[in-house]
Amino acid sequence: MINFDNVTKVYPNQSRPALENVNISVAKGEFVFLVGPSGSGKSTFLRLVLKEERPSEGRIHVAGRDLARLTNWKVPYLRRRIGCVFQDFRLLPNKSVYQNVAFALEVIGKHRRFIRKVVPEVIDLVGLEGKHDRMPDELSGGEQQRVAMARAFVNRPMILLADEPTGNIDPATSIGIMKVLDRINRTGTTVVMATHDAAIVDSMRKRVVELEYGKVVRDQSRGVYGQAY
Amino acid sequence: MRSQFVLQEIWIGLRRNLTMTMALIVVVAISLSLLGTGLLFVKQVDRTRTYWQGKVEMSIYLCIKTSPEPQCQLNGPATAAERAQLHAQLASMPQVQTVYYVSQQQAYSEFRQYFSNEPALVQDTQEGDIPDSFEVKLRNPEADYKIVASAVTGAAGVETVVDEMTILDKFYRLLDGARNAVVIIALILIVAAVLLVANTIRLSAFNRRRETAIMRLVGASNFYIQLPFLLEGTIAGLIGWAIAAGLLIAVKSLMLDSLGQYFTFNVGLSVSDLIEVILFTMIVGVLLCGVTSFLTLRRYLRI
Repeated sequence: MINFDNVTKVYPNQSRPALENVNISVAKGEFVFLVGPSGSGKSTFLRLVLKEERPSEGRIHVAGRDLARLTNWKVPYLRRRIGCVFQDFRLLPNKSVYQNVAFALEVIGKHRRFIRKVVPEVIDLVGLEGKHDRMPDELSGGEQQRVAMARAFVNRPMILLADEPTGNIDPATSIGIMKVLDRINRTGTTVVMATHDAAIVDSMRKRVVELEYGKVVRDQSRGVYGQAY
Repeated sequence: MRSQFVLQEIWIGLRRNLTMTMALIVVVAISLSLLGTGLLFVKQVDRTRTYWQGKVEMSIYLCIKTSPEPQCQLNGPATAAERAQLHAQLASMPQVQTVYYVSQQQAYSEFRQYFSNEPALVQDTQEGDIPDSFEVKLRNPEADYKIVASAVTGAAGVETVVDEMTILDKFYRLLDGARNAVVIIALILIVAAVLLVANTIRLSAFNRRRETAIMRLVGASNFYIQLPFLLEGTIAGLIGWAIAAGLLIAVKSLMLDSLGQYFTFNVGLSVSDLIEVILFTMIVGVLLCGVTSFLTLRRYLRI
């Protein structure tokens, strides 16, 4: 599903590469934790998958497509198959829960009938039934993140990318968020989650890829956050 | 393409920067009105010139009983023989294309027609107070006038020689001057309009950066993202144009038509002239707003 082949990314005006000779393969339906200290290249990895950035060297394949060959006007169609969740939720403040999720479908031109059918389903999936009309500032952090996940998932993407989704959320609520992510993963969606949250990583025992200064230092299935040296 | 969604986004965008949108509409309205007015003036002058192309350039008025000129006082009214001689002389000159005689009777009835708006003047004048004349059309008006004029001035029976071409010079000069002033101001305002469109779109794009970022993330096509902004600019421009169209109609009916009252000949602009000018300003307005919006977006909207 995601294939990084000797990928290096150097940002302009920086001496050290953000990613260096990264070789990672993520299969369909896998759940991968991307761990590492700040600046290790986790966010860069996710941005490369979305084609927000281009690699300085190497090739990237997403869903079998070589991103280098993807023309600019085709990029939106790639992004429709990828859902994104962020640490700061990124909801629209003057739209309700329902409208926020529906927005993702409206802007890609789906019909009102389709939206009306699909959006309530996914709002229930993330555990927010009954809260369709709440505005983001009436929701807790955990609830807002669930809305973001609903929005990311509503178009049934192949891949879900999560950039520190539990960063702004307390440990207890984080467990609920991870349960939703797990549920999403079980439907067959590939999930890649960048995180600092050691407790979560340790409790879920999924594949762990550790980055340090842009290099892959560990790739372990059923791994834990840190390694006992 | 969900039109309802796009329209909604446009409406939200227009409302959010209401003051800027209104400023834009006003500037577009004024600049297009001035541009259109300038064009109307141009058309009016053209029409008038074309009308007068076919008419006489020279009138030779003959002496009558009441002529004030000294040679008429001295020699009395023009005799039939003098008339015949003048006619023959004029007809023989190579510079003269056509010459025809207007009798006192004809002249009087034309006079009554011209001044139908001023009954007092008509009442005081009788047939015989208006001189008869030879109306001359020259082959080459600019060059020939002096030649023919000098030939007949002072000839027996001639009261005055009038250069009909100069009568309208003042009118042309007035309209040309007005046209130039109006067009210059219009061009300055159009520059202002372009800047305002650019600024309005830029502000709009900034206001909607959150929505735009999410649209990009979620995979909305570039066209879909840009469309509301493009249409925002164009719609504001069209509203401005509609106002300009109204103003142009007012200009035509109030200014130009009332000017026309002073002329007995009909060189007023027709409805189709007005429609032509209005359509032209619409195209200018739409292109202006559309192209500026598009170029501004390319600069300020990250795709």
